[in-house]
Amino acid sequence: MLSIKNLQAKIDDKQILNGINLEIKPGEVHAIMGPNGSGKSTLASVLAGREEYEVTGGEVDFLGKDLLEMAPEERAREGVFLAFQYPVEIPGVSTINFMKTAVNQIREHRGQQALDAVSFLQMMKEKMKLVEIDQSLLNRALNEGFSGGEKKRNEIFQMAMLEPKLAILDETDSGLDIDALRIVSNGVNKLRSKNNAIIVVTHYQRLLNYIVPDYVHVLYKGKIVKSGTKELALELEAKGYDWIKDEVSVA
Amino acid sequence: MSKDNQVLEELTSKEYEHGWTTNIETESAPKGLNEDIIRFISSKKNEPSWLLEWRLNAYRQWTKMKEPRWPNVTYPPINYQDVIYYSAPKQKVTPKGLDDVDPELIKTFEKLGISLTEQKRLTGVAVDAVIDSVSVATTFKETLAELGIIFCSFGEAVQKHPDLIKKYMGSVVPVTDNYFAALNSAVFTDGSFCYIPKGVRCPMELSTYFRINAANTGQFERTLIVADEGSYVSYLEGCTAPMRDENQLHAAVVEIYAMKDAQVKYSTVQNWYPGDKDGKGGIYNFVTKRGLCAGDGSKISWTQVETGSAITWKYPSCILKGDNSVGEFYSVAVTNNHQQADTGTKMIHIGKNTKSRIVSKGISAGYSQNSYRGQVHIMKRAENARNFSQCDSLLMGDKCGAHTFPYIDVENNSARIEHEATTSKIGEDQIFYCLQRGIDEESAVALIVNGYAKEVLNQLPMEFAVEAQKLLALTLEGSVG
Ligand SMILES: Nc1ncnc2c1ncn2[C@@H]1O[C@H](COP(=O)(O)OP(=O)(O)OP(=O)(O)O)[C@@H](O)[C@H]1O
Ligand SMILES: [Mg+2]
Repeated sequence: MLSIKNLQAKIDDKQILNGINLEIKPGEVHAIMGPNGSGKSTLASVLAGREEYEVTGGEVDFLGKDLLEMAPEERAREGVFLAFQYPVEIPGVSTINFMKTAVNQIREHRGQQALDAVSFLQMMKEKMKLVEIDQSLLNRALNEGFSGGEKKRNEIFQMAMLEPKLAILDETDSGLDIDALRIVSNGVNKLRSKNNAIIVVTHYQRLLNYIVPDYVHVLYKGKIVKSGTKELALELEAKGYDWIKDEVSVA
Repeated sequence: MSKDNQVLEELTSKEYEHGWTTNIETESAPKGLNEDIIRFISSKKNEPSWLLEWRLNAYRQWTKMKEPRWPNVTYPPINYQDVIYYSAPKQKVTPKGLDDVDPELIKTFEKLGISLTEQKRLTGVAVDAVIDSVSVATTFKETLAELGIIFCSFGEAVQKHPDLIKKYMGSVVPVTDNYFAALNSAVFTDGSFCYIPKGVRCPMELSTYFRINAANTGQFERTLIVADEGSYVSYLEGCTAPMRDENQLHAAVVEIYAMKDAQVKYSTVQNWYPGDKDGKGGIYNFVTKRGLCAGDGSKISWTQVETGSAITWKYPSCILKGDNSVGEFYSVAVTNNHQQADTGTKMIHIGKNTKSRIVSKGISAGYSQNSYRGQVHIMKRAENARNFSQCDSLLMGDKCGAHTFPYIDVENNSARIEHEATTSKIGEDQIFYCLQRGIDEESAVALIVNGYAKEVLNQLPMEFAVEAQKLLALTLEGSVG
């Protein structure tokens, strides 16, 4: 589904991604871990098409198409979804209105008719249940004055609404209380299917108890320096990153 | 957002939608301004001699006045002798009803989305349509007359209701109030008049639609709204003009007189031609709008969405004379390309327990300059006056400017005044967030801007609000980057 080859990217003349390789098949969940500043959010942003980042090398194939050639909104319409580490506030625009615009533009892209108000509301009600989010929150201005946890939950609600093929969750667990972590993870798990894939960026093994990954990768200085299965996350939790950093410097 | 955006900008920067002209025969006064021109206008309109005297007096005062230079706008000196002060579509007969109106004119307004044929109108909006210097048709007159409501062109009101005109014209905006008001008083050509009798709630929106058509012609209309005790009316004003290389002058006066417990809501969607991308052409819009809350418990509410004009100079104001009276001002002013706007309000508190509320949302894009200028004046007698002001500016790009000039004068210590101001930018973060959800850039800007202006747009009557939202999006198309 997603094939990243030797991806390199920089921002403001600072090289951040130094040759990332990653293969993701439908139905898989990949966790990406790594120290602060290693480039995890950068990778997510580059995949989503943020223009501040300049791709300096490499290729990304998404479902047989050159992802790097596509405009950000096109990527979204083709099924790439990013749950932001820091969701953005848009004053005066309710989540409902925002999602209605998004859903209908994506539908238009797929040659489907726009949803009328009734069908949209029905769909929304279903998805609200999935992440146990309250409608009053969705009536409010998008992310404005939301608590950290509410913002993250709202991201997953949006993921549910847009039904992406590839979802990238950037530290969705940070800011969630223990109950919310369980609820949001359950929501994500319900959205898992054999046709879609998920990249989970996290610092904590805890999340991976709920969203169990097929693979775990460690990103360090803009490179994937170690890959493994879910046991790798446990090892990192116990030992920290130093041993990996040592391995890298020896190599 | 570099290359893509340039392409986007080229593709999307739309031409002004209403920039066409109608080929109708017109009858005009020669260029220039002097007492003879004023006599010409007055006689064309078959006016009583007191009105001619009133005009001549205004003209003499005007010649002694100076054009204001304090607004934060710049433009070359206006040659007032180079303007045509009267232009009227030639109609074969003087229309007595809608059936007599020249079909070309009806077509002109239909092209603007305004139907003058009553049967065709689904929504309950009565329209007075003004083209260049004259009112061409007023709809729903009979329906309104049954309630005692007078809604007609200013010219007609002068003929049929001279006492009301004599009593209230100039009572809110005196002839010598300012340079442009004096000019208007001398040369005004038409406009709308509306009187709501005691205790009557006007059942439909009243609306005036102004269209400038002829070249080199100034438009100087007057609107006078008199709301008798306990009455209510909601009034809408819309305007467009063709695209022309030269700047055209528009200097209107709007007066609202509200008696005891009367409520008047005045909404404007201003869409005069703004000039082209390089700042050539466009309307110079110098407007004096003022409401007098004369009676206790009266309320006047201004809502404006200002998107057009090359230059906007406009401060819809309220004089809160009656005790417990309320004044409101809700404004969205958008400037793009080389537009300049200096707009705001004045709230003059005279009566006790008077309240005012100001919500101003400026949006600047391109190379435009957008200024908010507001005055809150609490006079000595005004015990317990309250004011709340919120002035926000939104910047798009880094070549435009936003300025805020609030003036507060308090002569009574019991006053409570709150003032909040913010300046923000449409963030690339916000745009990217929208893009990432599959929303294209133009829709993203529209969404963000409409969200920003929501509090003001919510004040507009429903069908106008939708129109205004579209207009905001259109004005700002291709302005991110
Ligand atoms: N605009 C910028 N200019 C310069 N450096 C930048 C810019 N944006 C990001 N960086 C740098 O790029 C590096 C990678 O940042 P990134 O946000 O991808 O890290 P991360 O792995 O997501 O970290 P965290 O775990 O803290 O979220 C950091 O050193 C960061 O400071
Ligand atoms: Mg990060």
